[in-house]
Amino acid sequence: MTKAMTGAKMVVQALIDQGVDTVFGYPGGAVLPIYDEIFQQNSIKHVLVRHEQGAVHAAEGYARSTGKPGVALVTSGPGATNAVTGLTDALMDSIPIVVLTGQVPTFMIGSDAFQECDTVGITRPCTKHNWLVKETDKLSSVLHEAFHIATSGRPGPVVIDIPKDVQFATGTYTEARQVETHYNPQVKGDMEMITELAAAMEKAKRPLFYTGGGVINSGPAASQLLRELVAATGFPITSTLMGLGCYPASGDNWLGMLGMHGLYEANMAMHDCDLMINIGARFDDRITGRLDAFSPGSTKAHIDIDASSINKVIKVDIPILGDVAHVLEDLLNVWKARGRKTDKENVQKWWHQINDWKKVDCLAFEQKGKVIKPQYALSRLEELTKKHDRYICTEVGQHQMWAAQYLGFEDPNRWMTSGGLGTMGYGFPASIGVQMGHPDALVINVAGEASWLMNMQELGTAMQYGLPVKQFILNNERLGMVRQWQELLHGERYSSSWSESLPDFVKLAEAFGAKGIICDDPDNLDDAIMEMLTHDGPVLFDCLVEKHENCFPMIPSGKPHNEMLLGENADVANAIKSDGAVMV
Amino acid sequence: MSPLKIKKGATSHSAYDLRPNFSDKEERHTLAVLVENEPGVLSRVIGLFAGRGYNIDSLTVAEVDHLGHRSRITIVTSGTPQIIVQIKAQLGRIVDVHKVNDLTVEGPSVERELALFKVTGTGNDRIEAIRLADIFRASVVDSTLESFVFEITGTPEKIDAFAELMRPLGLEEIARTGVAALSRGAVA
Repeated sequence: MTKAMTGAKMVVQALIDQGVDTVFGYPGGAVLPIYDEIFQQNSIKHVLVRHEQGAVHAAEGYARSTGKPGVALVTSGPGATNAVTGLTDALMDSIPIVVLTGQVPTFMIGSDAFQECDTVGITRPCTKHNWLVKETDKLSSVLHEAFHIATSGRPGPVVIDIPKDVQFATGTYTEARQVETHYNPQVKGDMEMITELAAAMEKAKRPLFYTGGGVINSGPAASQLLRELVAATGFPITSTLMGLGCYPASGDNWLGMLGMHGLYEANMAMHDCDLMINIGARFDDRITGRLDAFSPGSTKAHIDIDASSINKVIKVDIPILGDVAHVLEDLLNVWKARGRKTDKENVQKWWHQINDWKKVDCLAFEQKGKVIKPQYALSRLEELTKKHDRYICTEVGQHQMWAAQYLGFEDPNRWMTSGGLGTMGYGFPASIGVQMGHPDALVINVAGEASWLMNMQELGTAMQYGLPVKQFILNNERLGMVRQWQELLHGERYSSSWSESLPDFVKLAEAFGAKGIICDDPDNLDDAIMEMLTHDGPVLFDCLVEKHENCFPMIPSGKPHNEMLLGENADVANAIKSDGAVMV
Repeated sequence: MSPLKIKKGATSHSAYDLRPNFSDKEERHTLAVLVENEPGVLSRVIGLFAGRGYNIDSLTVAEVDHLGHRSRITIVTSGTPQIIVQIKAQLGRIVDVHKVNDLTVEGPSVERELALFKVTGTGNDRIEAIRLADIFRASVVDSTLESFVFEITGTPEKIDAFAELMRPLGLEEIARTGVAALSRGAVA
């Protein structure tokens, strides 16, 4: 059935048909017709953010925590350019979001009109795909296709740029099922390769699962199959930052996160394994360290939905192109049909070795004196919140790495962090998006004071919608990670890496009508955290921590996995050679 | 160890030779990219090459199927085998790309380029220019008393060779179309 309606109404209708319940946005001249339609309906809730970057990060948080695409709506010109950071962030972390931008009317495009910018041109390299829709008749099919493209294959952000005259004009609405698309990425893996991987698993003496965000993106079934596979084989498993939660932190085979600030046992296992099974990870430079010394003795298998991720930086021996859940299902079936074999004796020896590495206890720290250690703050947060089905967001920096190290994730979609792009200012708006998707859940944003200030305006959003997001700020009055690198690389010359003129966070919270808590005493920390948890509303928690704490363990840039720095006693000053210093 | 069983010319979203033997030697490859004839599609392709630092030695584009809304982009690029594989996979990710064929490795192919040469001169140089043009089967498409415009078609190497010979004879200007290429034989 086809219906005639205005372009603006089509937007709302298509969102309803796609199952969208929440839109994060900010109005402006070029999207007024759409806002007028939003005003006249009750199916879709609109969340007014305070800055367009916040809208896109909120949509990301919503998408990452619900598994559904997030939607943002912004105006032309500055509305669109403010969305660019969020789009790039979503592209790097493969988050499905649909961003609708207003545009000046078609007859004014190219005339440098007020609030005009070349939105599709600007967002072309930072979206999976984008469209400028110049005919109202085509608008609904583009909207439906946009959701399909954002969510299928390797997910990602898409932009639909809609000129204002197209929103006003009347056209024919096309239903989602009538839209044809040629974009149908392959999801089933090649059986020959899967069989080869099963055979390699049977023979492996030192196997290791290395999992990433692709497991989360593939959906809950993928995590379930992964857990089954790990339990059945008894192999150890580690994960990237983006994959935390796909295997439970309390699971028997869990080694913790790997990579630059990963756990000693995880990185040593990566270096020494003889079979690496990469499931939905992409050999990012935070993971591999020095490429020519990366896991030198291993056969490498790589399951990925994106052909361009395979053999991009690390040459693999068993490439499997497909969706993680589909491939794991086939892999499990093949491996079981072949007799569920593993080299138990050697895998047992491998576990002995791993358990020896675990004894290093690389996350150990000592809380002494009257200054809160950031590690202690997060350990207490973990202890006091782990009973909840909680959702954790982070900003970017030292606190992000400590959160990944000291908080345990039992399920997928509970951990929202900016991995690929490393966007300071991501966590607060993301936590708003998460809370919108899970109104009754405990949502905590672990932040640094500098990152948090980057999108602090969203406190207004949290208050307006009564979103009880907990902002747990580890305040060291420093750009901690920048400071750490300056200590390691630049002769302790701390150029612009301290936070001066910081606000009084309690007063800041109160100015917005939120609750502020300050804590600078380890003895009061538990009570203060409990006060934050029991308050029904947004809380700004200013946790004053040790100012010069460094984040360890650390693989210095340009070094292989087995040359980690373990703690303050390591030879930090000479850790990074000049060839490593050029890397970020 | 067999490569993935992907049909020749399988869709843009399938894997290419995922198991190459990587070497450090640069190779020259001619890629035929069939794309949706949408605004911005050429920009997506060029932006990919610029953004990821790949080389474009030559690029031609034109609509080839009006009803089917398809254009064909022929790109000559160079890089190590690993980079070439990446380029093909990255092209395959572009939503508007229907098909990527590597004409250099997928069997024999023919390549042609058209060029126009403006050569000025009088006397013996002018006579030598027209004699060489005849040898290269270039035709004269414009003439004045002191200039010719030659049209020549052939492989890029042939056009390079013609340019070298024309240079001392008063070569003023060259316009080249870039390479158009097709696989040999009956199958598309």
